[in-house]
Amino acid sequence: MNRRSILLGAGAVLTLPLAARAEDANITGAGASFPNPVYQKWAEAARPAIGVHLNYQSVGSGAGINQIKNRTVDFGATDAPLNADQLTEAKLLQFPTVMGSVVPIINVPGIANEQLKLTGEVLAEIFMGKITRWNDAKIVALNAGVSLPSLAIAPVYRADGSGTTFVFTSYLSAVSADWRGGPGAATSVRWPVGNGARGNEGVAGGVRNTRGGIGYVENAYASRNNLVTTQLKNKDGNFVKPTMENFLAAASNADWSVPGFAANIIDQAGATSWPIVSPTFILLPTDPQDAARSANVRKFFDWAYKNGDALARELEYIPLPEATKTAIRAAWTRQYGA
Amino acid sequence: MSQAATASSATISHSARRGGNLGDLIFEWACRGSGLLVLVLLGAIIIELFIAGLPAFRAFGIDFIWSTDWDPVQEVFGAGVSIYGTIVTAVLAIFLAVPLAFGVAFYLTELAPTWLRGPVGTAIELLAAVPSIIYGMWGFFVIAPAFAAHIQPWIIDNAGELPLIGFLFQGAPFGTGIFTASFILAIMILPFIAATMRDVFQQVPPVYKESAYGLGATTWEVMRGVVLPYTRISVVGGIMLGLGRALGETMAVTFVIGNANRISTSLFGPGNTIASLVALEFGESETGSLKLASLLALGFILFVLSFIVLATSRYLLRSRLKA
Repeated sequence: MNRRSILLGAGAVLTLPLAARAEDANITGAGASFPNPVYQKWAEAARPAIGVHLNYQSVGSGAGINQIKNRTVDFGATDAPLNADQLTEAKLLQFPTVMGSVVPIINVPGIANEQLKLTGEVLAEIFMGKITRWNDAKIVALNAGVSLPSLAIAPVYRADGSGTTFVFTSYLSAVSADWRGGPGAATSVRWPVGNGARGNEGVAGGVRNTRGGIGYVENAYASRNNLVTTQLKNKDGNFVKPTMENFLAAASNADWSVPGFAANIIDQAGATSWPIVSPTFILLPTDPQDAARSANVRKFFDWAYKNGDALARELEYIPLPEATKTAIRAAWTRQYGA
Repeated sequence: MSQAATASSATISHSARRGGNLGDLIFEWACRGSGLLVLVLLGAIIIELFIAGLPAFRAFGIDFIWSTDWDPVQEVFGAGVSIYGTIVTAVLAIFLAVPLAFGVAFYLTELAPTWLRGPVGTAIELLAAVPSIIYGMWGFFVIAPAFAAHIQPWIIDNAGELPLIGFLFQGAPFGTGIFTASFILAIMILPFIAATMRDVFQQVPPVYKESAYGLGATTWEVMRGVVLPYTRISVVGGIMLGLGRALGETMAVTFVIGNANRISTSLFGPGNTIASLVALEFGESETGSLKLASLLALGFILFVLSFIVLATSRYLLRSRLKA
């Protein structure tokens, strides 16, 4: 008797939340933490608009890939794209949602925001411990007329596995053969020198605390906290500042017609292209267990492509070009029908 | 009538006893089940960790334990750096915390005026209630900058050139690193050690202490000759409790240790602990990957490490008891 009533009670507790949300179509996603703020904003705005209730868990790209491979969520999200073979094997469709950029931040006395000029090679040598002082000849040569102190460089990196690290190390690998053959590109790598810190706020705090510090964070984090960023030399040989126009320039020059939309925007050509820009991706099963839920995921992102750009820009993300969005919708139709 | 009453009361008592027997039986099995459940859980966790970590042990062999490589790109993993960091920070924290905890307990039980004992004792116990994330943030935003700006440069300048021990104090003053992590850990385990010491010091029968005072012993002589020998086992128990907590602490250490998979000889250099490495890398490890297996193998090693610490403490206590 007692046991039965306990069971009944437990059953009632379990069904209550489901019953209360019955009018909304629920979809679940998990993965990358980098686009989490914009997905949450979109979820909030889409719910009254189209009646799709997104529950997104920001657990990290790796965990997101695991969960979608096990089909425990409706979609996964990752910063590092899967290649065509991996997508076929796991029966997944991949498409981008927004783009983000990564910027170097520094703490050098007497150097203003967006004043210092750096190249990718110099950045790679700093993070490899080959350039150890701020008045190194290679940095001085790039910054004529700027007085650089004889101060030790203290590199700070993301200690937790992260998409930001993947994007930053992809850039270093693209511009430096030594980096490519050494630490390489991944969500976490073997850093030859420096201190690790947790999350964007950890890296920012580490740089702020250490005279001579240098680190890298997502642009949104740097601009909202007024961190001191640098200029970087892009592929065309121009020094560019980390501004939204320069991010957009890089995005518009990208070639999206690759399998899984895995466009490589790192070190993109173009006179004003910022070199460290990267898209973030959604993974959707091509053999959905529940076709209605899969359709709701596409409905959600279709709404986001149409109405979400302003929200994305507010959070310093870079919206996709219209042509790319059209191509993604075409890919959906090819895969799932109209 | 009286017979009937007796009979009915006998029935009642009989049925009550039967109900009681059933109740006893259920209670007995519930208790036994709870006790066994702990054992089963413990065993299941160890076995699960070992099986999940097996691919890492297979791939790298026994070298996994002391290899200092940790390269997610090349998929080469070793536990050496994090085992070293775990042991060094925990032991250093004990060295910092034990004298302080002893001082606190000594003061509270022997020296402090009675009206002050309550508030100070409660304050020490409240330290244990502070969530570890708070210690981490305090360490990162307050202690690390203070160390970087004031304490470390002074030590590096003055002790870095000393013969023999100078290498312990060299390097750049980041503020974070092994020493800062040990410092934060010491504060975190202080309440456990201090509270245990205070409680056991208070349990010393007053007649022993009064006898010693009667013989003309000073307060310190009473502490050293009567209280400490009487409570030695429990004091070591309290220290082991602190060591156990220091070995497994994750959040606070992650904030301040510098998270570098390199062994540096300097105390101010960055390092890593098992718990912090697992917490940092877990989110970006795919199912079936060697990295995930290595992280679970690290968890297994931490489990074994804690077990060794407790077993050693038991062994030490046994020999002390005989002496």
